[in-house]
Amino acid sequence: MSLTAQAAVVDPFVVAGEQFSSRLIMGTGGATSLSLLENALIESATEITTVAIRRFAPEARDSVFAMLDRLGIRALPNTAGCYTARDAVLTAQLAREALETDWVKLEVIADEETLLPDPVELFRASEELVASGFRVFAYTNDDPALARRLEDVGVTAVMPAGSPIGSGLGILNPHNIETIVSRAAVPVILDAGVGTASDAALAMELGVDAVLLASAVTRAQDPARMARAMRAAVYAGRLARAAGRIPRRPLALASSAADGLISARPSEADL
Amino acid sequence: MTTLQTVRLNGADREVAAGSTLRDLVSDLTGHVLRDDGSRVDGGRLGIAAALGGAVVPRSRWAVYTVADGDEVEIVTAVQGG
Repeated sequence: MSLTAQAAVVDPFVVAGEQFSSRLIMGTGGATSLSLLENALIESATEITTVAIRRFAPEARDSVFAMLDRLGIRALPNTAGCYTARDAVLTAQLAREALETDWVKLEVIADEETLLPDPVELFRASEELVASGFRVFAYTNDDPALARRLEDVGVTAVMPAGSPIGSGLGILNPHNIETIVSRAAVPVILDAGVGTASDAALAMELGVDAVLLASAVTRAQDPARMARAMRAAVYAGRLARAAGRIPRRPLALASSAADGLISARPSEADL
Repeated sequence: MTTLQTVRLNGADREVAAGSTLRDLVSDLTGHVLRDDGSRVDGGRLGIAAALGGAVVPRSRWAVYTVADGDEVEIVTAVQGG
């Protein structure tokens, strides 16, 4: 049994009442080909992946839907591209019908430039979707107050952004992520902004339950290799968090004993 | 002779025979033969949803929804994203 497989047995990721071995959720966005995506998904060992809902195009019959079915990876549909609660709710309803799941990654975007969540529309859509039986995975700002409000209306998980989608800027406000984690009773999934493996490890060290990323892998020069790096980083960060890091100190603290040091300089007695 | 009518399908005009159901439209677009309950005859998962005039129509009702001239129909599926 591999190290990561052992970890899953004793430390499963539980969300919406279901257990998963992997704490890395790799999305499908940004890949240049389905075969590159497939290899990266396999290397990431993800058990859940995100998909978008779009008009059916007959020329694209070799679909991502069929691929996920074949790989046995659960699809978490998103509402990417929606700017209003109304559009997000309709997209979620279509996703539920198309994919036969009541899970939805709720994204309600404020503007095209930042792709940051619109807090007001996000909150409205969360209320409506929770009321109609959806399991809402809410993509939110790294705002502890909003995260708590979303939890209060009954979302299944809160997913704060580390930094803007696709920016690769990592976690801009680690303190806020830690605050969200410390007060949340639902799973916290860091979503968006991861650029490289150390960002994913840091997220786990801050205490999030899982990390969701796509571009960092799919747009890397070698997506499959980066997927493996992310898988290892999420595992390492989780272990480090559980192990308990040493406190930060302003000055050095020797780790070698002072007792029994040889005398290299003449002592006062010799003079 | 079959009478034709025009519906707005996924943002483009499309001529369909009068009396066509939503199931006919989904079947034509996807190339899958569908049962009355909207499931695929070959047993595979369809992965499609349909909306008529901005409201989702459950697949179990596709066969009873007859489209009318000028209807706005959206037929969607999962694609890469997020």
